[in-house]
Amino acid sequence: MVRIFVCVKQAVDVSQLKVDSATRRVITLDAPKKISDFDKNALEEAIRVKEKLGGEVFSVTVGPEDAKTTLREALAMGADKAFLISDPIFENSDTLATSYILAEAIKKIGPFDLILCGEASIDSFSAQVGPRLADRLGIPLITYARKLDLEGDAVTAERSLEDCSQTMRAKTPALITVTKEINEPRIPSLMAIMKASKKEIVLWKAADANIASEKVGESGSAVQVLDILAPKMERKKIVIKGETPTESAEKLAKALVQEGVIGR
Amino acid sequence: MSEDRGIWVYSENKELMLELLGKGSELASKLNTRLTAAVLGHDVKEQAKELVGYGAQKVVIVDNPQLREFQVEPYLSALTQLTQQHKPELFLIGSTRRGKELAARLAARLNVGCVPDCQELNVDDQGRLLAGRIVYGGNAIVTQVFRIKPQIVTIPRRRFEKSEYKETSKGEIIDAENIQVEPSKTQVVAVKPIEVAETKIEEARVVVGGGRGLDKKEDFKILDELAQILGGQVGYTRPLAEDRKWFTEWVGLSGHAISPELYIACGISGVIQHVAGIRDSKIIVAINKDPEAPIVEMADYIVIGDLYEIVPALSVALRKLLAST
Ligand SMILES: Cc1cc2nc3c(=O)[nH]c(=O)nc-3n(C[C@H](O)[C@H](O)[C@H](O)COP(=O)(O)OP(=O)(O)OC[C@H]3O[C@@H](n4cnc5c(N)ncnc54)[C@H](O)[C@@H]3O)c2cc1C
Repeated sequence: MVRIFVCVKQAVDVSQLKVDSATRRVITLDAPKKISDFDKNALEEAIRVKEKLGGEVFSVTVGPEDAKTTLREALAMGADKAFLISDPIFENSDTLATSYILAEAIKKIGPFDLILCGEASIDSFSAQVGPRLADRLGIPLITYARKLDLEGDAVTAERSLEDCSQTMRAKTPALITVTKEINEPRIPSLMAIMKASKKEIVLWKAADANIASEKVGESGSAVQVLDILAPKMERKKIVIKGETPTESAEKLAKALVQEGVIGR
Repeated sequence: MSEDRGIWVYSENKELMLELLGKGSELASKLNTRLTAAVLGHDVKEQAKELVGYGAQKVVIVDNPQLREFQVEPYLSALTQLTQQHKPELFLIGSTRRGKELAARLAARLNVGCVPDCQELNVDDQGRLLAGRIVYGGNAIVTQVFRIKPQIVTIPRRRFEKSEYKETSKGEIIDAENIQVEPSKTQVVAVKPIEVAETKIEEARVVVGGGRGLDKKEDFKILDELAQILGGQVGYTRPLAEDRKWFTEWVGLSGHAISPELYIACGISGVIQHVAGIRDSKIIVAINKDPEAPIVEMADYIVIGDLYEIVPALSVALRKLLAST
């Protein structure tokens, strides 16, 4: 029976972010949240392995208590149990602190064959937590997997790098980060959603997982955010109108020559 | 053993390594410190000499047959020990997929921070390093500072200029001592090279971008023609590669970031993830039939209409204009 943990982040839904146009500040406070896209691919892959080989899938999340709603979705997809590691002292944790929290929680949850993570989260896209976690746990790591196969105590994965694609093998327990190409995450049925409401969400505070307070939050973090600003986008926005496509095209061509961006 | 502190650079990608040296030199002079390059591999003396020509004031070589091919744990263990011995204040690492894993795990082993994929790297008046990167799917740039050292930063390809090669540059080349190389925890069972496009879209002066407004792959011939007249290249949005499988590369946040003189977006809506890759273009033109498409808000010149009419007409108009000048 295999046991797979999936690290699931409740991320900011980046498609719904708003910007304060006067200050260029990005408003993240009340932004809608969802399971980070690639974490869903990780969940889907774990559930497929379980369906093939039998076993259990646990989702593990570090985040605020309201992440419970997103965890229901992980359970509806087919995770058997969800762990939410949540404590106000975790606020402003960077990837150093977050990977520490996850590592301690995972040690407490118990043995596993695989840990799956998304290649990166959709909001911060740093691709740090998976690799850091593998190193903390001292287990093999395969990043950017787009195909995965578990057989006995060996996991094989295919991945693409900039200059080649590789087939990699490692002994379990191992950590794999997955890309979007690996699968199409399922949309849970109504039945599955109803069943999920009966599944357990284990809520742990820092002390429950032996997490040292000085290693988390702002004081346990190595980097600090100074500001988050929308990028400057100052464009001329000149609409070119002509009676015919030819006339529009001629006006545009002239404008581009005047800009000095064509011809030499 | 000498503690150099200063700035160190490393990438397994040779071109990127030179770009790191370019940015590293600039930061080293701002911070009034030294620039050191780490070279890992087997029989790599020649490479070390070249790096001196590109601005490394010192090169530290770890020469070991186990480092002949890049594998994470052997490389990681060597870099970790180098960092512990020499205590750099700042380590710039190339943001390839290999490099990002390496940097994250180096930071994990040293219990320090890492800011990946830096687009901006500056020093403020207090001498603090400000590391800027794109977050929220292209909607924002976050600026971060480090609370502890070493500060680890990864830098993508073609973000910063490489420094000029100088035959006369002087630098010290030394062999690292007492490095224990850890065996790899994973095994590469097969490798297939990927065909990399010969012409680099990042280097094109003009890029004609095509999106889902093009109905068939063959229709790209009208964009090819326009690009050819302008001496440019054609780029694509991600769905054309990922969903329609027409191409293997795309422009945008998760693809190539470009900064041509002129970008002409044809049948592209201008979703933020795409725009993140074209933001540094000097002039952006949008050709779209929808006056409310987001690209309209991000362009310098906008033609509302059917690209199947406008693009060929533009080719004709440009040909005429270019012939007369
Ligand atoms: C994590 C993540 C990363 C991503 N990274 C990238 C990335 O790097 N690059 C990228 O491109 N996308 C990326 N995407 C996808 C991105 O969100 C958009 O889906 C994509 O850019 C839209 O492509 P499009 O503009 O071609 O298509 P659409 O949004 O469908 O737009 C098509 C446009 O064509 C216009 N049109 C249609 N017919 C005509 C016609 N005959 N004449 C003129 N105009 C016409 C329409 O009005 C419309 O505006 C990413 C998404 C995610 C979630």
